[in-house]
Amino acid sequence: MDLTTKYMGLSLSNPVVAGASPLSKELDKVKALAEAGAGAIVMHSIFEEQLAQEALALNYYIEQGAESFAESLSHFPPMEAYKVGPELYLENIAAARKAADVPIIASLNGVSLGGWIDYAGKIQQAGADALELNIYLIPTNRKVSGTKIEKAYLDIVKAVRAAVSIPLAVKLSPFFSAPVNMARKLKAAGADALVLFNRFYQPDIDVEKLEVAPRLVLSDSDESRLPMRWIAILFGRVRLSLAATSGVHTGEDAAKLILAGADAVQVVSALLRDGIGQLTKIRDDMAELLAAKGYRSIRKARGVMSQKNCPEPAVFERANYIETLQSYPQSPAAV
Amino acid sequence: MSKGKPSAEARPSRSLDGNEAAAYVAHNINEVIAIYPITPSSSMGEHADAWSAAGKRNIWGTVPLVVEMQSEGGASAAVHGALQTGSLTTTFTASQGLLLMIPSMFKIAGELTPTVFHVSARSVACQALSIFGDHSDVMAVRSTGFGLMASNSIQEIGDLALITQAASLEARVPFVHFFDGFRSSHEIQKVEMLTGDDMRAMIDDELVLAHRRRAMSPDRPVLRGTSQNPDVYFQGRETVNPYYLKCPEIVQKAMDKFAGIVGRQYRLFDYVGAPDAERVVVLMGSGAEAAHEAVEHLAGQGEKVGLIKVRLYRPFSGKHFVAALPETVKVVAALDRTKEPGSPGEPLHLDCVNAVTEAGRRIKVVGGRYGLSSKEFTPAMVKAALDNLTAPQPRSHFTVGIHDDVTKTSLDCDPSFSTEGKDVVRALFYGLGADGTVGANKNSIKIIGDETDNYVQGYFVYDSKRAGAVTVSHLRFGPRPIRSTYLLARASFIGCHQFVFLERQDVLAKAEEGAIFLLNTPYDPDQTWDKIPRSVQQQIIDKKLKFWAINAYDVAKETGMGQRINTIMQTCFFYLSGILPQAEAIAKIKEAIQKTYGHRGDKIVQMNYAAVDRSVAGLKEIQVPAEASSQIEKPPVVPTEAPDFVKEVTAKIIAREGDSIPVSKMPADGTWPSATTQWEKRNIALEIPVWDPQVCIQCGKCSITCPHATIRMKVYDPKLLEGAPPTFKHTQAKGKEFAGLAFTLQVAPEDCTGCGVCVDTCPAKNKAREAERENYKFFLQIPDYDRSRLKIDTVKGSQLLRPLFEYSGACAGCGETPYVKLVSQLFGDRAIIGNATGCSSIYGGNLPTTPYCVNADGRGPTWNNSLFEDCAEFSFGFRLTLDKQMEFARELLAGLKGGIGAELVEALLAADQSTEAGIAQQRARVAELKKKLGGIQDAKAGQLASLADVLVYKSVWAFGGDGWAYDIGYGGLDHVLASGRNVNILVLDTQVYSNTGGQCSKATPRAAVAKFAEGGKPLPKKDLGMLAMTYGNVYVAQVAMGASDVQCVRAFVEAESYPGPSLIIAYSNCIPAHGIDGRTGFRQQKLAVESGAWPLYRFDPRRIAEGKNPLQLDSKPPSIPVKDYAYNETRYTMLTKSKPEEAKRLIELAQQDVDSRWGLYQQLAAMNYGGDGGKG
Repeated sequence: MDLTTKYMGLSLSNPVVAGASPLSKELDKVKALAEAGAGAIVMHSIFEEQLAQEALALNYYIEQGAESFAESLSHFPPMEAYKVGPELYLENIAAARKAADVPIIASLNGVSLGGWIDYAGKIQQAGADALELNIYLIPTNRKVSGTKIEKAYLDIVKAVRAAVSIPLAVKLSPFFSAPVNMARKLKAAGADALVLFNRFYQPDIDVEKLEVAPRLVLSDSDESRLPMRWIAILFGRVRLSLAATSGVHTGEDAAKLILAGADAVQVVSALLRDGIGQLTKIRDDMAELLAAKGYRSIRKARGVMSQKNCPEPAVFERANYIETLQSYPQSPAAV
Repeated sequence: MSKGKPSAEARPSRSLDGNEAAAYVAHNINEVIAIYPITPSSSMGEHADAWSAAGKRNIWGTVPLVVEMQSEGGASAAVHGALQTGSLTTTFTASQGLLLMIPSMFKIAGELTPTVFHVSARSVACQALSIFGDHSDVMAVRSTGFGLMASNSIQEIGDLALITQAASLEARVPFVHFFDGFRSSHEIQKVEMLTGDDMRAMIDDELVLAHRRRAMSPDRPVLRGTSQNPDVYFQGRETVNPYYLKCPEIVQKAMDKFAGIVGRQYRLFDYVGAPDAERVVVLMGSGAEAAHEAVEHLAGQGEKVGLIKVRLYRPFSGKHFVAALPETVKVVAALDRTKEPGSPGEPLHLDCVNAVTEAGRRIKVVGGRYGLSSKEFTPAMVKAALDNLTAPQPRSHFTVGIHDDVTKTSLDCDPSFSTEGKDVVRALFYGLGADGTVGANKNSIKIIGDETDNYVQGYFVYDSKRAGAVTVSHLRFGPRPIRSTYLLARASFIGCHQFVFLERQDVLAKAEEGAIFLLNTPYDPDQTWDKIPRSVQQQIIDKKLKFWAINAYDVAKETGMGQRINTIMQTCFFYLSGILPQAEAIAKIKEAIQKTYGHRGDKIVQMNYAAVDRSVAGLKEIQVPAEASSQIEKPPVVPTEAPDFVKEVTAKIIAREGDSIPVSKMPADGTWPSATTQWEKRNIALEIPVWDPQVCIQCGKCSITCPHATIRMKVYDPKLLEGAPPTFKHTQAKGKEFAGLAFTLQVAPEDCTGCGVCVDTCPAKNKAREAERENYKFFLQIPDYDRSRLKIDTVKGSQLLRPLFEYSGACAGCGETPYVKLVSQLFGDRAIIGNATGCSSIYGGNLPTTPYCVNADGRGPTWNNSLFEDCAEFSFGFRLTLDKQMEFARELLAGLKGGIGAELVEALLAADQSTEAGIAQQRARVAELKKKLGGIQDAKAGQLASLADVLVYKSVWAFGGDGWAYDIGYGGLDHVLASGRNVNILVLDTQVYSNTGGQCSKATPRAAVAKFAEGGKPLPKKDLGMLAMTYGNVYVAQVAMGASDVQCVRAFVEAESYPGPSLIIAYSNCIPAHGIDGRTGFRQQKLAVESGAWPLYRFDPRRIAEGKNPLQLDSKPPSIPVKDYAYNETRYTMLTKSKPEEAKRLIELAQQDVDSRWGLYQQLAAMNYGGDGGKG
């Protein structure tokens, strides 16, 4: 079976992509991902805000207690330079590019518009094959409307598009009133692909300690249904590459998303939980499943179950609630 | 010095301090550098190390090897070895450090080995330690055979460092090249830098090769270090004469060669002044610069005066000295910056007398002392010394600069005499260490030095306390070279960067008429006038000051600068001083910001830029009314109820008027009263904790962890509440042993530093100064709970004991002081403490006020700091006395049984003093004994009366840091551990040399960055506890109060009760050197323990006799990775930002260290010692 696919203009050997995760922080893991057969590798996200915080903290602690007491005017040796900007990240991209013979997709989360532009330019220079914009704005300000939030997303995409020529993917949150409309606007702003959807670290409350802390929970296969629906809806409606992320744990999960219309599927939790080798299994099981259904290539399989192509398009749009209820197996004992 | 031939090539100008100037040359012309940190020389080694780490090569194209040793003794021995094997080798040191080098120095000189040690000369600890400058250290090495070369200014330091090295290579006489600690080592001046070509031209490679040819090598073996006998040793000693005789000429030749290359001409003795001078002063070091200024001024007015600057002091060439004196000279005053008690005169004085006598000149030579411990030395004092010479019988052996009302040695001085030019801008800045004032001023000096034709000088005065440290910056710049090696006496610009200073010190005392006064105000500038004290208003009016104000805190807040108002105030200074056009000044400040902060990320740079851009807009000139109107008066320095000594002496030091204290008021033998911090109310906390009786569970955690003893708890009879202030808080005491009693937890509002440790450690997690002041006063007069009824080995019990160590000037949130305080609570009323030099000796004994204090009976710790290296042995000496005296007292008791009464004697001899109650009973018996002895007419009774107190068992402690215990003092510590005597050793392990600024010690853990380990410490921390445990008879505990206060208290009680040597290794977070948030130190301790990086254990040899394993592991197996602990600390994270790959490698190794060490401990703790077979 021909597993090759096009994802925002990149030719991938297969649609199973290693999504953004801490795995890509280490070069040997990047190599392992490539060897396991990843169609592409999305690097971990670089967070402009975090870098700024780190720089501020480093500066604060180096200066703390300095020039105060005659015997100890400083407490640390002078360093030639600190890599407190994106330098390390850029070095990682360059190294990954060299070490792995698969497309390397950088991932960026900025704060300021200037930061987005600056970092994106540097990422391109460092040799990334494409860039995934990890945009999330948590709208807590009562004065900021949904329209304004959408505009902020579009402004970022436009600014970055103007700054770089490599393909651009936008990783979206699922919380848009009109996702299809938004997708078209993003396309117009210069995006080449959408990645659906961002799984946020949701805060959790520790009742014992009365503390609020973010808690990372790995996904399960069920979560793939949210991206599945929207990929199925978007397929054919926007001229954008579509990548699914969230809940891809098995070859079957991947196959479903391809059928829904995805150009690529991103895998993270499965790799963190079961190891990098899981990627190979997902790819092979997906291929086997699709082949068993008679598809000779990914291209042929892609989107056959999208809203546009499936026998019952309405299922994706409405009445899911009712359908689910009706299809629930009745227990004989309850009758 | 005079200008000779102009230089052929342009040399860059730079503004730098003396230590950097010396290190720059030393690093360029040496191959091996062995060092050990000691103030004020440390930064020479740090520069050299940093340059080598950055791959900076010497003039031969190779990177010098820089090695940190375990002591100065070790450094000099390593230097000796490296020299013997043919390297060009140097070291940097000062004070007692130089004294530790003396044995090697005799050897190096005896073997005619060329080398130059660079010494920032510093007082030697005598009646007290002082980190400041004088020549008592270099004068102590006169007999070693080392040459002595003195530099007087920053320019000279670089020049003479090179000249000395060139001369040493040729003469084969080793040298100490010295300059005054702080005044020269830390003063910033604009100098012309020597180039690589200059240095290559000065150093004769043939001499370098000759040095190498003399090296020890098995390829051409020789033998040195023979043992000689009466028949030949003497003759052997005389063989060196020709080398010393030739040396002065060789040095002069090197000076001449230097003049030919660089253009600056030096002579062995440089003369300045009237060609027909009759009165001449002779001196060396930075004081010669002030003297130069004075003599030039006086000679310009027609006075027949002159100055001889001694450059080559050893070998002393009397011939050259006499030749430098004009024929007309009648009388000479030799001024020494040292004191040799009991000598017929100080060294330079005697040398001058001898030279003049041997030359047969009819010149009278008198001697005087000045400037000990960086005591100010001004042109007025030089004039006083010269005026003395006009008397028919000039006074000799005088002092100048102090008021000696005891032996009347001091000369009177006219303080109004000033030689400062009108063309010199003089700016004075008062700031906090934490607000970055000094850093900004250093940048300003560099900007003005580099960007204008002005000569510049910067000198910085720091605080004696670390928490809330005040800094004063003295800046001068002007069109002529600046020789004013003394503080500003009059300022044309005064910047006060903290509003509260206006109430605490006389900020405007040095303002000259019409000066600019810049104030950072927390108020709207327009409303500031009414908020300043009346006396300050009056000064502003009287001196016609131009008064400007800015709310720099607001600008700092807006721009994310936090507390650091430095760049804001710096921008205002440039704006107001007009030294550069505004736009240019701002551009230059920004360049300096880029240079200083650029490598720490663009974010920091941009933040500072924003602060600069917003500064000028906030600056406002205040219209000064014609009359003072403020109702605010400056409070008295100390309360009226303070003892006389505190009022007369301590208060003056607190008010920064210590220079005016006469000799008669000073203790003659270094003995000072304890318990004085209580009189210095520093009010430095921005916020203080508030006790909530409803939530409090009375556990004592906030009290035990408070680094400053400002949280106290008492259990007392509720009847005592009568007359309590209305806001005084109390509740019922918890615990059945305290049934019916009241409980109060009280904060000392004026002594609290606001560090926040208590808030972080409070398990209840819940959290008006005037009222609290009254409450605290009331609280203090409530009697302490009876010690003998408390369970002192519990946290709560220990915290109901009164701390006898309070309100120290340690860093806010210090990790060491809670342990010191705990010792003071548990054993302070019978403790004798020897303290190794370091942080704990500084916060323990730095004037003006000291924290060890007394209980209601007047008992408390008695404390002494001997040296850095000898603390274990010093404290061991206490034990020897006590053991001997105890033995003698018991013998006397037995002998006097008849007179005293058998019952009392038996009771005294058999007393069980293992409990507080037992000690109290023994004290009562001793009191009774003393009474009885009064009635016995027998010399033995007198003897026993003077020894009776030792019958109450004393607790001997040695305190010190890891630099002492692991490095410089390890040999002694080991010996004391092996002695079997009852000495308790507390190692306040910060894992780094904290006091001298963060140098690596053998306690530094793997992967942490420290000075001399900037690539991360490559090897694991030495396991001191394990080494001690191998003796088998030493009580050893490793504790971390933040991880387990229960285990900690228990360990201290056990250690003290153990009748042999005890070693407690206490995890002490060091806020600045670990790079942590001061509030979270105890949290880090907990993480250190959880990660296994700091296992808790107790090794009690008493358990062996019970058939139990002596080692008890008190912490659980590692439950988190080391990096989860380490990466909360800048000392670790900075490596991830600078050398990420190396950081990763080292942290993995650090994890292995922890894992394997834990495995080993577990096995040891599981060993069968018979008995019940297990761990017991």
